[in-house]
Amino acid sequence: MPPRTFIDAIRETLAEEMRRDESVIVLGEDVGKKGGVFLATDGLWAEFGDERVIDTPLTESMIVGASIGAAVNGLRPVAEIQFADFIFPAFNQIVSEAARMRYRSNNGYSVPMTIRAPYGGGVHGALYHSQSVEAFFTHVPGLKVVVPSTPHDARGLLRSSIRDDDPVLFFEHKKMYRSVRGDVPDTDYTVPLGKAKITRPGSQVTVVAYGLMAHYALEAADRVADDGISVEVVDLRTLRPLDRETLLDSVRKTGKCLVVYEDNKFGGYGAEVAAIVAEEAFDYLDGPVTRIAGPEVPGVPYNHVLEDWFMVNPEKIADGIRTLAAY
Amino acid sequence: MAVTKGSDTHLGAALGLTDADLLEMYRFVALARAVDERMWILNRAGRIPFVISGQGHEGAQVGIAWAFQRGHDWIAPFYRSIATCLTFGMSARDIMTAQYATASDPSSGGRQMPGHYGSREHNLVSVSSPVATQLLHAVGIALAAKIRRTGQVAMASMGEGSSNQGDVHEGLNFAAIHKLPFVFVVENNGYAISVPAAMQVSVANVADRAAGYGIPGVVVDGSDVLACYAAARDAVARARAGDGPSLIEAKVTRLTGHSSDDQQTKYRTEEDLESGREHDALPRFRGQLRDAGILTDEIEAGLTTEIAATVEDATEYAEHEPDPDPALAMRFVYAEDAGTSD
Repeated sequence: MPPRTFIDAIRETLAEEMRRDESVIVLGEDVGKKGGVFLATDGLWAEFGDERVIDTPLTESMIVGASIGAAVNGLRPVAEIQFADFIFPAFNQIVSEAARMRYRSNNGYSVPMTIRAPYGGGVHGALYHSQSVEAFFTHVPGLKVVVPSTPHDARGLLRSSIRDDDPVLFFEHKKMYRSVRGDVPDTDYTVPLGKAKITRPGSQVTVVAYGLMAHYALEAADRVADDGISVEVVDLRTLRPLDRETLLDSVRKTGKCLVVYEDNKFGGYGAEVAAIVAEEAFDYLDGPVTRIAGPEVPGVPYNHVLEDWFMVNPEKIADGIRTLAAY
Repeated sequence: MAVTKGSDTHLGAALGLTDADLLEMYRFVALARAVDERMWILNRAGRIPFVISGQGHEGAQVGIAWAFQRGHDWIAPFYRSIATCLTFGMSARDIMTAQYATASDPSSGGRQMPGHYGSREHNLVSVSSPVATQLLHAVGIALAAKIRRTGQVAMASMGEGSSNQGDVHEGLNFAAIHKLPFVFVVENNGYAISVPAAMQVSVANVADRAAGYGIPGVVVDGSDVLACYAAARDAVARARAGDGPSLIEAKVTRLTGHSSDDQQTKYRTEEDLESGREHDALPRFRGQLRDAGILTDEIEAGLTTEIAATVEDATEYAEHEPDPDPALAMRFVYAEDAGTSD
């Protein structure tokens, strides 16, 4: 199979899962004839028809709430929230309902549902088409949160998410849809949820990242290699459950940890990573756990100069690595 | 007039209900009331910390639930749905263990507040506290029923206060667009905790809003069990035939405070409370069955004894059931692999 783009991997995996399991349905805004605003569901309506590919009204709470009900009654819905920025009307259904259904019913009910949503900045999307929303959901027991960074992982993780018996939030960085390509085996492989990956081995600094930032971390590692700094990059892939073992093993080896995330820094997902490293690998640390993240403004501004100012990029990460390495 | 098996009176005949059906419906209304009254006694005696009540709603709940097929159709109930849950298959023990939050409480194993019933076995969706969320679950269940061609109908019930939530609008719109086999039941008891319906709902009836979705909306007297059954039977038939959702608003009354932590005399007058008591389905249904000669002295005496024994048994049982074990409180956050214990 020739290299696939990130969005090819997602679209093809959705189609394969729908062929494999007739209980899989797709619903969301414009997912039908149009194939989604990013074309992630292009071709599904033509192949599977109105009943299994449902164009919903503009009702995010309904998209998720009805998916919960459909999951309770034997389906495996894959709901698309058109932009992660618009997921908040469904917050109550995700947090109060989907996440708690199994626990509150003492295992009587489960919600095998996947919610896909494009997230992230760097595409001139401004405040409401650029947000990183993962931290709102990684806080919640009962949810699983997945952020793939390669076509290979997108395919393997989406398969695992759809086949999982609990609700999974699957966040896709929209800037990667067509800019990231990679080899994808033509097999029914899965990538298990909750397993991070060392994408670059190194010895002096561990950089922890996910999504687009996992790519920027690799670029930054290349840059500082010229300065003689050996960086290990951990691509978390799944944020909840977190692969503590891979994370902590790496930090115990390098003694230094830089956490990179695109969301604003305060209370972001990287804060939890930093806290876990500080709690569980303190004796191995040879410098402060450090974070490179977005600034404390309530959204990504539109003008390209302002957007560039907001976004974490390889140079900012490289600077952070150099500072930490010199500590 | 003695009633022998198979000899059915005119009371239920027009609705296709036998006298045995009517007696069984009455038994559920009376049982729900008796269980509910016991809950309050246990609360005031300090045995259980919290009660949320269905008193005043039982007639509508039984009449409506009776129109659905147990073990096949689905109900997403709410926190006053004791009679609904009993009618749909839960037992008095199931309800009472929820009050005591025992390990054996089938709704949640003691994890949820009382009133948050649910049963996978009986197709009763687990109740949460944020109101109206369950409407979307029932709509999704109906969507799955349509796609899977199961022939099931899904119902969601809630109060008139809850019916103002945005989830109701989103769900009714979607259910109507796709003609889903769904029935929306509003049990309007006139109060959302302390706020009267006139300050909650901009129109005279919640059912008036059905027109906005192009679906039938009917108002029924919630103290008239048979009228409630008739409305639900029509809605279920329509849903099952593929003609789409309906809205039923049953005007009921709330005989108790919102919960055991509420004192409703602070915001309701004695006249208001008295008129509520006059709108109680239990004595009305009893009178109908007595007048029709269906509920004879002998049958009523037997029923009274049976219900008292059932409530006593449920209380005794729940009182002695063990609490949940904190060592197991981490279980069932996520699916567990078959064979693993924790």
